[in-house]
Amino acid sequence: MWTFFHKLASPPHFYRIAAYIIPWLAVSGLLLIGYGVIAGLFFAPPDYQQGDAFRIIYVHVPAAYLSLMAYSIMAIAAGIGLIWRMKLAHAVAAGAAPIGAWFTFLALATGAIWGRPMWGTWWEWGDPRLTSELIMLFLYIGYMALRAAIDDVAKADKASAVLALVGAVNVPIIHFSVEWWSSLHQGPTLIREGGPAIEPEMLYPLLANIFGFTLFFGAVLLARVRTEVLERERRSRWVRSLVLGEAQ
Amino acid sequence: MMEALTMGKYGAYVWSSFALTLIVMIACVVQARSRQARIYKRIEARLKAMETHE
Repeated sequence: MWTFFHKLASPPHFYRIAAYIIPWLAVSGLLLIGYGVIAGLFFAPPDYQQGDAFRIIYVHVPAAYLSLMAYSIMAIAAGIGLIWRMKLAHAVAAGAAPIGAWFTFLALATGAIWGRPMWGTWWEWGDPRLTSELIMLFLYIGYMALRAAIDDVAKADKASAVLALVGAVNVPIIHFSVEWWSSLHQGPTLIREGGPAIEPEMLYPLLANIFGFTLFFGAVLLARVRTEVLERERRSRWVRSLVLGEAQ
Repeated sequence: MMEALTMGKYGAYVWSSFALTLIVMIACVVQARSRQARIYKRIEARLKAMETHE
C-alpha cells in the first residue's frame, strides 16, 4: 500500500498514470452530467413552491459543493506539502485553486440568478452564506495571486500553503452558516437529520450531477497537476527524454 | 416544447444558469489545455536551444 503511494508520488510515475486516468474520469463525468441535466431539466417534476425555478439546483448545488471540496483538497494538499515537503502535494494544491475559483464564481452567479425570482434580490450583503462564499472566492484569488507574485517556487509553495491553511477556517463557516445564523438561504437539502428533503425523482439527477461534476473536477485537476509537475521537473532527465523524445 | 423553453415564467433564469455552467466548464478545460501547451512549448524550445548550443 505504502509502496504504491510512494511510487505514485514520484513525478514521472504520476505523469504517466494521470494520462491514463484523465479520459476515464472525463467521459464518465460527462455521461453522468448529461443524464443529470436532461433528467433535471425535463423529467423532474416542478417544485410545489418554486415551480421550474428550482431546476437551477442542478447546477448551483454541484458548483457550491465543488467550491468547498476543491478548497478542502487544496488546504489538505498544502498541509501535506508543508509538513512532509512533498512536491507533488504542492502541485495538487496549485492545480486545485483555479478550478475551485471557477466553481465558486459559478456557485455565486447561479445563486444570484436563483435569488432574483425567489428572494426578490440578486445579492444580500448581510447574508452569512453569501458573504462567506464570496470570501472563499477572494481566498482562491489571493492564493493564486500570491503564487504568481513569488518567483521562487519553493517560497511560493510555503507562503501559499500557509494562506490555504489559514483560509480553511472558512470551509466549516460556509457549511454551517445557514444553521448558525439567520439566513435568506435555505437550510441543508441533502446532508441533514432524517435524510434528504427532496423527492427521489428530483434527488437522482442532483446526485448524478454532484458525482459527475466531481469526476469532471478530478479530470481537470489531474491535467493541471501534470502541467505543474512538468514545469517543476523541467530540468530533470525524464522531462528531457519525454519532450525531446516526443518532438523527434 | 414551448413549456420546456419558458420553464413556467423562469426560463431566462434557468437557461442562463445552465449556459453559464457550460461556459465555466469549457473555460476550465481550455485554460488547463492552453497552459499545458504553453509550458510544454517553452520547455521544448529551451531544451532544443540547449542541444544546439551543445
